[in-house]
Amino acid sequence: MQRAVSIRRTSFLHRARRNWGLYLLMLPAIVIFICFTYLPMYGVIIAFKDFRPAAGIWGSSWAGLKYFERYFNSYMFTNTITNTLVISLYTIAVTFPLPILLALMCNQMYARRFKKFFQVSTYLPHFISTVVMCGMIIMFLSPSSGMIPKLLSLAGIETGDLMGNAGAFSGIYVWTEAWQHVGWDSIMYIAALSAVDPQLYEAAEVDGASKWQKILAIDIPMLVPTMITLFILRCGSILGVGFEKVYLLQNDLNISNSEIISTYLYKMGLKSNQYSYSAAIGLFNNVVNFVILILVNLFAKKVSDTSLF
Amino acid sequence: MSDLTVRNIRPHAGGNRIRKSRADRIFDIIIYTVAVLLTLLALYPMYFIVIASVSDPNLVAKGDVLLFPRAMSLDGYSYLLSMENLWNGYGNTILYSLAGTLIMLVVNIPVAYSLSRKDLAGRGFFTFFFIFPMFFGGGLIPTFIILNNTFHMVDTFLVMVLPFSVISYYIVVARTFFQSSLPAELWDAAQIDGCGNLRYFFQIVLPLSKAILAVIALWAAVGHWNSYFNAMIYLRTPSRFPLQLVMRNILINNEMAATAMTGSAAAELNRKANLIKYGAIVVSSLPIMTMYPFVQKYFNKGVMIGALKG
Repeated sequence: MQRAVSIRRTSFLHRARRNWGLYLLMLPAIVIFICFTYLPMYGVIIAFKDFRPAAGIWGSSWAGLKYFERYFNSYMFTNTITNTLVISLYTIAVTFPLPILLALMCNQMYARRFKKFFQVSTYLPHFISTVVMCGMIIMFLSPSSGMIPKLLSLAGIETGDLMGNAGAFSGIYVWTEAWQHVGWDSIMYIAALSAVDPQLYEAAEVDGASKWQKILAIDIPMLVPTMITLFILRCGSILGVGFEKVYLLQNDLNISNSEIISTYLYKMGLKSNQYSYSAAIGLFNNVVNFVILILVNLFAKKVSDTSLF
Repeated sequence: MSDLTVRNIRPHAGGNRIRKSRADRIFDIIIYTVAVLLTLLALYPMYFIVIASVSDPNLVAKGDVLLFPRAMSLDGYSYLLSMENLWNGYGNTILYSLAGTLIMLVVNIPVAYSLSRKDLAGRGFFTFFFIFPMFFGGGLIPTFIILNNTFHMVDTFLVMVLPFSVISYYIVVARTFFQSSLPAELWDAAQIDGCGNLRYFFQIVLPLSKAILAVIALWAAVGHWNSYFNAMIYLRTPSRFPLQLVMRNILINNEMAATAMTGSAAAELNRKANLIKYGAIVVSSLPIMTMYPFVQKYFNKGVMIGALKG
């Protein structure tokens, strides 16, 4: 019984043996992760092989960098990379700052009931499924029966068929993304702002600071660590534009601007059964994302002391 | 007005206060105006869907239905009732959501607790093991090959609930919760009374952690309810399709009827197509949308717990 008090001084093996229950608690998740997450990480070697299902992952013969070269030399390489980058950077440029503005705004509201209603309403679109969201976009933008072309034509703006307009694709993707998720994404910033010491505001008021000055001098500096953390995470998925929404919004008319890496590799891999080629594209994509994440994290650590790991 | 100008010339605090409060009042007016506009912007599209789903489809197409339903009818909904694939998908989704959520709780919560214990030998290794896949993965094709060729799980019930049930983010959030809400002394005390790890977890930790269980359960349920990707990749048999995959066929691929129709029936269906779509959106989103306002505090709480560590 006396030993219980001095757990921290006991040896590694001793701790492992006395806490066997903790490993038992982790066991199901460990097995699932090994089978369905780590095994596929090993399976990624088919990117360097001529994969034949009959021969299996290990039995297939090596192909070196053939499939990577094929992707780098194909005309789809520039096309998919450009589209992915355009959509991704445009998304970050819009959906990174907007939640911050929304949180700053929310923090200025004193009518409690209204504030609550405002928050619930702006979070609500987040819970619409991707399929329904894309269905809404396609219906609302339809040139013959859509609500948005109708409303815009009242204002004298003629849009034409937006879904069939390749140039409009990234804009549609990004602004609907903003509509759906900006409210939800502001929660973290609102939480950070609620941690501000009220005395700071009082002191600023005594010094004659206006609301605007209080935002600049107190609120924004308070949000910087959260901003950096979320920004690093966003950068880690620069080439990881979500497959689901882009795939559903694609059509023959906008495909030149909407074929991104993930949709292309899905079509190559599961529709045309070019497993190795598709795995090579996927591996390239993941490695680039991972490297960017590490670099941005390192950079953030250097300049601001805030980092993920 | 004269009062103001007189005060403003005098360089003391009183004058300042009046100038400030005026600027601040304009500031408040701007804030609340923008907030009202944003609220409308968020709610109107959803409101529009509801009124369009009970209005005459021709009036909707002409843009005559903007604020209130017109020529109300429940035609769309009565057609939806006859769509067997939709209701079959509904049933499947309920099944996948219940089973999937249960499995997610069973696998993720214990891991989060174990990782929260500072005296876990190999804590650094296991933390890395569970967090690393957040940033790197094998990718779609290798995962598909493993599931298809090694485990033969394609087109089974299991593939919808088991392989992707370990979620690093849930583990991080729940671990942070355990670290901040369970004092180490509690475990020390329980241990002195002869309580082992397992009994401590099930009889003391779980009852004290209902909040985080609710958060994870809600996230998991919404995630299952709204997902179509895994079903599209891993399911083949239409009778196994979840709601969202059926919805994709209705909304995006315009597949309304199970069998090909001809002549007037096809024309009538075409006229009603959008009406049916609006109705289907309402029917498929209703459970989450109506539940959400009542449980939103749990969602917010979860995000905030997750933000603690960052």
